[in-house]
Amino acid sequence: MSTPTAFTQIRAYSRGWLALMGGLGAVIAAALAAVVYMEHQGHWVTGMTNQVVWGIPHVFAVFLIVAASGALNIASIGSVFGREEYQPLGRLSALLAIALLAGGLAVLVLDLGRPDRLFVAMTHFNFKSIFAWNVVLYSGFFAMVAIYLWTMVDWRARRFYKSAALGAFVWRLILTTGTGCIFGFLAAREAYGAAVMAPLFIAMSFAYGLAVFILVLAIGCKMTGRGLGDETLTRLVRLLGLFVAANLYFVALHHITQLYFAGRGGVEAFVLTGGGLITFAFWGGQVGLGGLMPLIIAFAGCGHAPRRRAMMASMLVIIGGLAQLYVLIIGGQTWPLDLFPGMEASSSFADGRLHAYAPTLPEVILGLGGIAIALAISVVGMTALRILPASLGVTSAPCCHHK
Amino acid sequence: MNALSRRQVILTSGAILMVAPAQARSPGQPASARQRWGLLIDTAKCAPDCNVCVESCKAEMGLSGHDRPLTDAQYLRKINVKDPATGASHSLPVMCQHCAKPACVDVCPTGASFKRADGIVLVDRHICIGCRYCMMACPYKARSFAHEEQTDQQPHLPRGKGTVEGCTLCVHRVDQGLEPACVESCKAKAKGAMLFGDLNDPESDIAKRVAREATTRIRADLGLEPGVRYQGI
Repeated sequence: MSTPTAFTQIRAYSRGWLALMGGLGAVIAAALAAVVYMEHQGHWVTGMTNQVVWGIPHVFAVFLIVAASGALNIASIGSVFGREEYQPLGRLSALLAIALLAGGLAVLVLDLGRPDRLFVAMTHFNFKSIFAWNVVLYSGFFAMVAIYLWTMVDWRARRFYKSAALGAFVWRLILTTGTGCIFGFLAAREAYGAAVMAPLFIAMSFAYGLAVFILVLAIGCKMTGRGLGDETLTRLVRLLGLFVAANLYFVALHHITQLYFAGRGGVEAFVLTGGGLITFAFWGGQVGLGGLMPLIIAFAGCGHAPRRRAMMASMLVIIGGLAQLYVLIIGGQTWPLDLFPGMEASSSFADGRLHAYAPTLPEVILGLGGIAIALAISVVGMTALRILPASLGVTSAPCCHHK
Repeated sequence: MNALSRRQVILTSGAILMVAPAQARSPGQPASARQRWGLLIDTAKCAPDCNVCVESCKAEMGLSGHDRPLTDAQYLRKINVKDPATGASHSLPVMCQHCAKPACVDVCPTGASFKRADGIVLVDRHICIGCRYCMMACPYKARSFAHEEQTDQQPHLPRGKGTVEGCTLCVHRVDQGLEPACVESCKAKAKGAMLFGDLNDPESDIAKRVAREATTRIRADLGLEPGVRYQGI
């Protein structure tokens, strides 16, 4: 039987804490200023158009939302699947899930044409819309994970621990299915319109969520002087490798299916070979940096200490993830809708040609603001609640394994 | 002597019914599923350089624009289509296809995108949150987003920055028993390539034509059952 883990809060108002919160606050303030500017002027000041209707804010928002459900996996592995070695990490896992979802939704809402009508979205539901279902799923996720976190933090609620864990796990799978279906249900968009989008998004969430989790855990432990043993990090980076492989598998499956359909050869040729920045983001960012490199780091070993390997792999997965969503969301809209299959079309409304999209600074700042909101909520959570274990083993010297 | 006979009254009232805008609705009267408004467009009569329908749409709907082609609204556009294998080409107007099973209505989270009982697909701008999911879902690229403040608005079409909009089939005119502006102008100033009417009324010209002649719908394979039919594509 393992000894109970001691959890402690992080100390507020230390120099590091103030600097971090000050930095995050500044990014959030800049993002809010960007929102005021974009909403006051209208979306014409962004790179988004009537052709590319979802832009870089959606790349960040979907990344954060997908990562949110994935961040909960560590807690689920400990509680639903009974792996005790993961249980000390459960609290951070749940807190991050809530924080990332809040950051992602903030970006999504603040990019709406009418963010002031959020209340309308909460009170008018078209239940045939997967988007409306997602509003329910997101709200429910907050509640489920909050209850789950409560059962972990408060011993009096311990008897609900198992059922809360199972509920949150099932809910997160449905939630990511819903997010994938937002794209999977678009029949006319050749880059999407496939049921594989749902499992692909689940695989993406596993990888992104764990990558964010590892980074926050490693940096959090380092900044607050907590031990973080090699065993934990080695286990986590191997798990990350597994999730990255699952993501690559579904990506390959999606593209092979697309290539098999003669009518989708055009969009595939665009993404895979002739799409300029999109193609570069696919091979260089999504597959290279976000897929193969983390796999090599996780399984082939790069000679560095586990902490360094885990952090490198996680950062690469995050960069690759943003590239993946850029390819998916922007690339999918860059390819024009085909009103007349087999024919050449042209019009004053950009029919029949590739659509350009160049993100503007306010859009990017809004996206970064979402990350800052997620991190700020995490820091506040770790300050207010006993989230981080006092120690997770002995931290090794940075380069003790270096060959 | 001047009193009308019963026969005269019946005949006269029949004549009035035939010349009056038979489909006009009185205020407060709901749209009826007995009607299915639609368009038939004959591309053989649609010249590539003719833009009469587009211009009349802009005037009717107050789409003055800001001279920004990528973000200005276009409810109706002319698309030039060419078969690369044969070189055959033609031009046709494309607008909201007023589908019987509209993808935009299915995906709209708040129900702002909706279909009237008579088949006209509209946006309720009071509850549109500007998420643009309908624009992602529409296979016809028929919708525009109001990217900025709008000026020169028409009383019958209030436009709001941050909401989505598109062809209404000139619902304000249809409810008065008139034809959409594009159809009227095409008839008056061009070759009359567009025919508007009730597809559910077997006696209407459009219903007779679609029953008699071969017509197609854009991306019929998607199964959305558009209310706009074309000839010659």
